[in-house]
Amino acid sequence: MKQILILGAGTSGTMMSTHLRKALRKDLWDITIVDQEETHYYQPGFLFLPFDTYKPSQLKRKVDEFIPKGVNLIREKINRVDKENDKVLLQNDTEIPYDILIIATGCNIAPQEIEGMEGEQWYKSIFDFYTFEGSLNLRDKLRTWKGGKLVVHISEMPIKCPVAPLEFAFLSDEFFTKKQMREEVEITYVTPMSGAFTKPVATKELNYLLEEKNIKIVSDFNIEKVDAENNKILDYGGQEVVYDLLVTVPTNVGDAMIERSGFGDELNYVPTDKETLQSKVKDNIFVIGDATNLPSSKAGSVAHFQSEILTKNILSFIDQKPLKEAFDGHSNCFIETGFNKALLIDFNYTQEPVKGTFPIPGIGPLRLLKETRLNHWGKKAFRWIYWNILLKGRPIPFVSNHMKLGGKIINKQ
Amino acid sequence: MTEKTFAGYCVKCNELGYLMDTDEWNREIGLEIAKEEEIAMTDKHWEVIDWLRDQCKQEVALSVRKVGKSGVVDIKGFYQLFPKGPLKTASKIAGIPKPVSCI
Ligand SMILES: Cc1cc2nc3c(=O)[nH]c(=O)nc-3n(C[C@H](O)[C@H](O)[C@H](O)COP(=O)(O)OP(=O)(O)OC[C@H]3O[C@@H](n4cnc5c(N)ncnc54)[C@H](O)[C@@H]3O)c2cc1C
Repeated sequence: MKQILILGAGTSGTMMSTHLRKALRKDLWDITIVDQEETHYYQPGFLFLPFDTYKPSQLKRKVDEFIPKGVNLIREKINRVDKENDKVLLQNDTEIPYDILIIATGCNIAPQEIEGMEGEQWYKSIFDFYTFEGSLNLRDKLRTWKGGKLVVHISEMPIKCPVAPLEFAFLSDEFFTKKQMREEVEITYVTPMSGAFTKPVATKELNYLLEEKNIKIVSDFNIEKVDAENNKILDYGGQEVVYDLLVTVPTNVGDAMIERSGFGDELNYVPTDKETLQSKVKDNIFVIGDATNLPSSKAGSVAHFQSEILTKNILSFIDQKPLKEAFDGHSNCFIETGFNKALLIDFNYTQEPVKGTFPIPGIGPLRLLKETRLNHWGKKAFRWIYWNILLKGRPIPFVSNHMKLGGKIINKQ
Repeated sequence: MTEKTFAGYCVKCNELGYLMDTDEWNREIGLEIAKEEEIAMTDKHWEVIDWLRDQCKQEVALSVRKVGKSGVVDIKGFYQLFPKGPLKTASKIAGIPKPVSCI
């Protein structure tokens, strides 16, 4: 028997286990998947939990529920990969040999990377919303917060779901308006980038949003430390921003397991071929989702597109054929703008987000780069799609793995 | 897109003055852009530029912190070499795209 070993049973690992179990003969291939968690979280819901839009129970399912029959699920922490000997060591000292390894361990926040962030004020006046605990603690804080300076902050790029912090700022505006205390809250968005939007078309189309919602922006802010005693964040260039409530996205890093294995980059991401998704570490190691160092967005939709491509390439690898399927960086995200409206963006490595119709060219019904109510319902429907279509490895109707140009308004320079 | 001439070489630039095609870059062009940005280039500056170009070739996303962990220069040092938005300025001189997010 040959063995495929999948590390991580989050969005990507779960989809890969489903695809590969369908594609490979059970009498020839064993498939094993390892994860330390009992719970599979719907991470996009962490954006809404602080505003009491979702109940915690709506964001949690059991990991087992989505792992198909015929796949061995092991609940244990992964210690490291021994790539020379094609085996993985678990925390409990078990060794699992493999023929093909798929790394799908995602990424997580590392507040310890920033001086002063994770101190005494962590989950008192400083919060993240990228973890279940952070998001839940922030919900409790917002329920009773009396107002003041709310600072929504990105520590550094890349982060997963790069627009989530901006959505958080937009949803805060709605939340405090509805609570009739918007006057008491000053919202500031602090980013290491040159603006809230960095791509030309999006900048032109969307810059009105911040002004309309009275959100201040501080750009080019590269955080050096949090001075929690004096409620301020400081950057290397000498800028300071004062807060009463700091909602930050700490540095995102790949799992420490990758560092222990000795092949991560500076942020523990695995060097990966941006088209084939084969690792640059060894031929029989493949990488998917947030764990890669690809220049694509770290998002569930991206992992979904990658999973179908990676499945085909792994089948080619098994047949000793060239890896022909190429991922184009396709990403598709809804962006909440508050008050039951959202934007939709669809882009890839080379095509920036533009206006247009989606998924059916000329018809839609969704509109790209434009605030609509239907896009908002799309975002809300994503939770159902995630549990019932994405994780089960089913194709999303009308949406292909490769980005389509049809329906997009593109001004040739 | 516009065309600009640096050190006698005609290159394609975007509205913000970043080179569109990093293969059109050479050191003389880098030096001219540095002059426009009022940066006096030293060996240390070039070491950083070379590292940035190398990372860009490998198509990895860059951040100030990543530069700080490069072993070439720490973040404080990076700010000293290229004050005010170091990554933006250094990327421009290196002839690589301005760091962007997805939108
Ligand atoms: C606030 C927020 C909002 C988001 N919004 C959206 C959105 O609107 N749309 C969208 O498409 N995406 C969104 N995302 C991103 C999306 O959730 C992720 O990109 C996606 O889950 C990545 O899947 P993954 O499998 O690569 O990683 P994950 O789903 O994070 O899975 C990684 C798994 O590996 C396991 N693991 C890691 N290390 C170890 C170890 N050492 N031992 C054992 N197990 C280990 C973890 O327990 C985890 O289960 C959002 C994310 C956040 C945080």
